[in-house]
Amino acid sequence: MKALRYSNVAWESIMANKMRSLLTMLGLIIGVASVLTTVGIGRGAALGVTKEIEGQGINTLVITPKTENVGDSSTLTAGDAAALADPRIHPEIHAVAPTNSTFMRVANGNQAIESQVTGATATYADIKNLKVERGRFFNAVEESSQQRVVVLSSLAAHDLFKNADPLGQSIRINNEPFTVVGILKKSSGDDSEAYFRPIYTPLEVAQNRLINTPRYRGDFVVSEITIQVTDRELISYAESQVEQTLRLRHDLNVNDKNDFHILNQARLLEIAGNIANMMTALLGSIGTVSLLVGGIGIMNIMLVSVTERTSEIGLRKALGAQDSDILLQFLIEALVLCALGSLIGIILSYSVSALLNGIPDFPFDIILEYWSLLLALAVGLFSGFVFGLYPAIRATRLDPIDALRYE
Amino acid sequence: MNMPFISRRAQPASITNFQLPATSSHPVAQAPSQAAVHSARPAASSAHRQAVIEIGQMTKTYQMGENQIHALRGVSLTIHSGEYVAIIGASGSGKSTLMNMIGLLDRPSSGAYYLQGVEVSGMDKSQLATLRNRQIGFVFQRFHLLPRTPAQRQVELPLFYAGLSNSEASQRAKEALTRVGLGERASHRPDELSGGQQQRVAIARALVTRPSLLLADEPTGALDSKTGEDVLHLFKELHQQGMTLVVVTHDMNVAKRADRIIMLSDGLIVKDEKRR
Ligand SMILES: Nc1ncnc2c1ncn2[C@@H]1O[C@H](COP(=O)(O)OP(=O)(O)OP(=O)(O)O)[C@@H](O)[C@H]1O
Ligand SMILES: [Mg+2]
Repeated sequence: MKALRYSNVAWESIMANKMRSLLTMLGLIIGVASVLTTVGIGRGAALGVTKEIEGQGINTLVITPKTENVGDSSTLTAGDAAALADPRIHPEIHAVAPTNSTFMRVANGNQAIESQVTGATATYADIKNLKVERGRFFNAVEESSQQRVVVLSSLAAHDLFKNADPLGQSIRINNEPFTVVGILKKSSGDDSEAYFRPIYTPLEVAQNRLINTPRYRGDFVVSEITIQVTDRELISYAESQVEQTLRLRHDLNVNDKNDFHILNQARLLEIAGNIANMMTALLGSIGTVSLLVGGIGIMNIMLVSVTERTSEIGLRKALGAQDSDILLQFLIEALVLCALGSLIGIILSYSVSALLNGIPDFPFDIILEYWSLLLALAVGLFSGFVFGLYPAIRATRLDPIDALRYE
Repeated sequence: MNMPFISRRAQPASITNFQLPATSSHPVAQAPSQAAVHSARPAASSAHRQAVIEIGQMTKTYQMGENQIHALRGVSLTIHSGEYVAIIGASGSGKSTLMNMIGLLDRPSSGAYYLQGVEVSGMDKSQLATLRNRQIGFVFQRFHLLPRTPAQRQVELPLFYAGLSNSEASQRAKEALTRVGLGERASHRPDELSGGQQQRVAIARALVTRPSLLLADEPTGALDSKTGEDVLHLFKELHQQGMTLVVVTHDMNVAKRADRIIMLSDGLIVKDEKRR
């Protein structure tokens, strides 16, 4: 009841000295806004990385060849892929997609680009989470009958055809005609498309007609094997099983290093998550320090305010204010200032993040979570209490007679 | 500007019966009723009346480094209910010091002080604050109004500290402002009021708790003679309504309005004369 009336008094005094009040709150406003925005950036960046990794499938392993010396021939072959695809040996593996890729000149009439041509299986799109915008990915029949069909990435299609419709059109790769059967959606978050301008053809077409593919022990060497496991939980188990099979097939001794590399997306995700959390904690703690500095600013100005209002305090005491009345008045004034400052800081951080999120090429979204808002408000009020207490106690200690004489 | 006529009947009947909510832990609660103060008896003989202030051999010594300054050297004084007393004296004679003692703003170095028959020397800070709130109204030379605060709020302030409800405080503040002729200015802030009007807001604030004693230190010191006259006229009316007034001044014109003049010199009373 009394607190409510003091809030009124506090509000009146804040409004009566708008400029001073704003300056008092400034540190806190900036502190709260920077904590929220930096934590929001941390959260947003973490989510961005997670999304990008998840977009490439977190239930997949990607195997690439690793050669000891430059010029050594790769030992990762289509035969390896076939072995991994055997459900009797690898029940944990759901699908296997070997690919051969190379950069090549791709042309539509006299419109030509350098593009990464990938020979892939019909299952590749599914495993790699490639989304078709128009038409379709090539199918198993086209794959096995080695038809010269091609699927274009969105950027490749745009470069070759501008605004014309590529579907059903013919393009030339290595001077051989290929029919466009599908165009992919533009990949989100992943910038590699702009560099590679990828296009896809059936694996054996690429091996036999486009890419001069070397052989190892009679099998075509492949650039990459992507494996999809049956269950996300099995990913680490699958990783060790794949390693065993490949080492066996490649005749590696116990002391030999792997001549291949296995990329585990799930592990990558875990690492990225840890880094993101660390970043958020770091940014958050830097922000918290700035909040503290803001709180000290409040104490500073509250002390000035107590001195400035010495004669007001003296008058209030002459009129019968108890020490507790003066204490409450200044404490509540500090609390109201801090609550107001935190609120303005919250609004500010919302505006800033809305502004940044509105920029089309901004790399990630700033995510403000309700717990961080509550935390900012709580920290703001707490610092108001802590830093408001000392000036308030100073105010109660003033002797009414000294205070009244003060001009 | 003309002072409105203030009739005795303009005061609501409830005033005489008014008692602030008593906090029983405070000795104030047992203080004698204020009813006598407000019984609007004409200021004639004061002999049989109750003493509002009784001071015996009061001294006040300030320590200034090595030196001791004896601001009061043994002042004895009785002021009865309904008296209008002026305290005069040269600068530095101890007028304000005595005023601060009477107003419970400061503690004497020695001596006895009974306010409304209650010994106040042994009271703690909190009890003194309660007594100031209920028994004493202050009027200062420089008004001491809160900046940027409407008159109504200024006058409500002591009632707020007395713990009155909003509606009651608002009602009483309105009455007090009307009583000093500022009923129409309740929403005005100090910077929208003349000096004389500001001082009358301060007087309304002093009166609003219906104190047994009104203390004024140089109440016209910051006013021109015309507005100063308004304030003195108001004091006269309050006196006629039975209020006990103590006014510190070094202006003889102001002192002459009182019916008793006490002269201080170097911390001692050198003259105490009743004029009527
Ligand atoms: N807080 C203090 N510390 C030290 N000396 C003081 C203090 N207050 C007053 N004095 C001294 O006590 C004496 C009386 O002061 P007081 O203020 O009562 O005089 P006054 O009669 O009100 O004078 P004036 O007419 O100038 O207001 C003066 O010598 C003054 O310097
Ligand atoms: Mg003085």
